[in-house]
Amino acid sequence: MTSRRRRPNRWRNERQIRAGTVLLAAVLAIALPGPWLAPHDPNALIGAPYGPPGAGAWLGYDYLGRDIWSRLLAGGLSIFWMSIAASILALAAGAAIGMLSAYRKGAVDQGVVWSTDVLFAFPDLILVLLVVSMLGRAPWLIVLLVAIAFLPGVIRLSRGVTLGIVEQEYVDSARMMGFSSAHILLREVLPNMITPLLVQFGVMLTWAIGMLSGLSFLGYGVAPPAADWGLMINENRAGLLVQPWAVLAPVAMIALFALGTNLIAEGIGRINARIEEEA
Amino acid sequence: MATQAGAPPSVGIVDRWQAARLPLPGWFPWLAGRLLAGFGTVLAVSAIVYLATLALPSDPARVILGPEATDKAVAILREQLGLNRPIAVQYVDWLRHVAVGDFGNSLDSNVPAFGLVIERLGNSIALMIFVLLVTAPAAFLLGVAMAVKRDSRFDRTAMTLLIGFKAVPPFAIAVALILLFSTGPLAILPAVSILDPSLSPFAQPLYLVLPATTLLLLVLPFLTRLIRASLTETLEADYIAAARLRGLPERRIVWRHAVPNALPPVIQGFAMATRMVLGGALIVEVVFSYPGIGSALNAAIETRDIPVVQAIALLTAIAVVFINLVADFATVLLTPRLRTTTRPRLRSGTGARLRLRAGGA
Repeated sequence: MTSRRRRPNRWRNERQIRAGTVLLAAVLAIALPGPWLAPHDPNALIGAPYGPPGAGAWLGYDYLGRDIWSRLLAGGLSIFWMSIAASILALAAGAAIGMLSAYRKGAVDQGVVWSTDVLFAFPDLILVLLVVSMLGRAPWLIVLLVAIAFLPGVIRLSRGVTLGIVEQEYVDSARMMGFSSAHILLREVLPNMITPLLVQFGVMLTWAIGMLSGLSFLGYGVAPPAADWGLMINENRAGLLVQPWAVLAPVAMIALFALGTNLIAEGIGRINARIEEEA
Repeated sequence: MATQAGAPPSVGIVDRWQAARLPLPGWFPWLAGRLLAGFGTVLAVSAIVYLATLALPSDPARVILGPEATDKAVAILREQLGLNRPIAVQYVDWLRHVAVGDFGNSLDSNVPAFGLVIERLGNSIALMIFVLLVTAPAAFLLGVAMAVKRDSRFDRTAMTLLIGFKAVPPFAIAVALILLFSTGPLAILPAVSILDPSLSPFAQPLYLVLPATTLLLLVLPFLTRLIRASLTETLEADYIAAARLRGLPERRIVWRHAVPNALPPVIQGFAMATRMVLGGALIVEVVFSYPGIGSALNAAIETRDIPVVQAIALLTAIAVVFINLVADFATVLLTPRLRTTTRPRLRSGTGARLRLRAGGA
C-alpha cells in the first residue's frame, strides 16, 4: 500500500518543480533583459491615454499614454532583485541569530524568542508600511524592512533545527575535540539545515513578491514614474474597464512569478520531507 | 511542617501551588505566565509603534497649523504639545493616555482617533467574521476529504489549485475577481464596497462578497492543507490501524477516532489564519475601497495622521497577541496531555506552524 501511495507523489514532485521552473524561466526571460528590449522608452508619452492595442503598441497605452508592453518589459527588474535581496538578507541574518541563540541558550536565547514573538505580533505588512511611510521609499530601506518582517520565521526555523542538532553526539565529540564554537556551528550544525533553509528561501521569495508588489500597489514601493509591475496596477486601476491590459498584464506577471517560485519551493519541501521520512 | 508529614518537598512556585491544594487547575500558572508575556509583548509593540511614528519627517505642530504658520507659532505649539520633552517621558505620557483609549485627536478630522478607528475596526471585523465563518467549515470539509482520499485524482487536483491560490498575491486575485464579476457579461457584483454607514455591514452582504472571496482564497489553502496534513498523520497512527482491524466502519474511524485527535494543531493554524486575514485585509480593503482599518491606515499614512496610524498599528497588534493567547489556551484545554500537566510545553504551536511554513505539509 505504501509503495502504491508513494509513486504518484514522486511523479507530482518532479512535475511540480519542472512546471515551476518553466514558469519562472518565462517570467525571468521577460523581466531580466526587459529594460534593454523595450521597443519604446517606458516613460515616453507616445499614445492616447488608455489607448487601445494597435500597431505601435500591441498591449495598448496606459493612463498617461505610455506603451504598456515597454513598461511591462522594464517593470520586472526591480521586484526581481528586491525580492531576492530581501529573502537572502532574512535568511542569512535569521540563520545566524537562530543558530547562535539555540547554541548559547540561557538569557540570550530567551531574549531572542521573546523578540520574535514581538515581531510576530505585527501583521506582515503593517510594520513595513509603518516605517516605509515614515522614512521614505528608498529601495534599500524597503528591502531591509521586508527582510525584518521575515526574520522571526527564519529565526524560529533555524533555532528549532539547531536545538535538535546540538544534542547529537557528534556535536559533543566535536566539542570535546576542542573545536571552536564557530567551527561547530558552521561545519556541524549548518549543513543539517541547508535544505529546510532552501525551502524557506523559496517560500520567502513568494511572500516577498507578494509583499513588494503589494507595497508598490499601495504606492509605497518604487516611486513613480519608474516602471514597476505593482505600480502599474495601481496607476491604471481606474481604467480597468477601458483598458484592462494595463492592469491585467502586470497582474499576470506577478502571479506567474509568485506561482513559479512557490511551485519550486513546494517541490523541494516535499522531497525533503520524504527524505526525512525514509531516513 | 511536622503536621504535614506527607506533603511533597516544595521546590518551585508550581510545586508550592500544588502543595497548597488551591482549587485551581494545573495549567493556571502557565496561563498566568502567558498572560504576563502577552502583556510584555503588547508593551514592546507599543514602544515600536511610538518610535516608528516619531520618525515621521513631518512635525505634528506644523501639520496642525498648516504651511502658512510662522515658525514662532509652530515653536509655541510644540512647547504646548510637550514635543520638546525627552522621548522617554513623552512615550510614558502617551502610554498613560493610550491605556484608557485616548490616542489623541485625528490630525486630519480632529475627532478622537480611537473612536474613528473603532468604527472602521467594526467593519473590518465584520468582514473577517464573514470570511472565517465560510473558510473554517470549507477548509475543514475539504481538508478531511483530501486526507481521506489522499493521492487520489481529487486530492491532487485540489492540491494543485490550492498551491496556485496560495502563491498569488491577494491584490492580484482581487483584480482578477473584479474583472470577472464586475465587468463584462458577468457584471453581477459591485467592484467598490461603498457601505451605507448607517447600516450594519451584514445588512449589505453584496458588498462583502468580493473582498471576502479574495480573503477566503488567501487563507483557504493554508487552513485546508494544515487540516489535511494533521489528519493524514493521525490516520497513519497505530490506533487507527487497530480500529480498522477491529472492523469498525471507516466513516466512524475517521469522524470519531481520527478527526478529534487531528484538531488541536489546527487551532493554532486558525489563529495564524486570522492573522493572515488581518494582514491581507490591509491591501484587499484598499482594492475594494472597503471602509475598514486597512483603507483607514492607508489614508492616515498618506495624510500623515499620526494618532490614527498609532491606534491602528497598536490595536491590530493587540488583536494578534490576543488571538494567539486564545488559541494557545484552547489547545491546552482540548489536549488532555497538556490539560493535566502542570507545565504545558507549548511554544505557540511553533512546530505546526513551521512545518507548514517550510512547505512540508
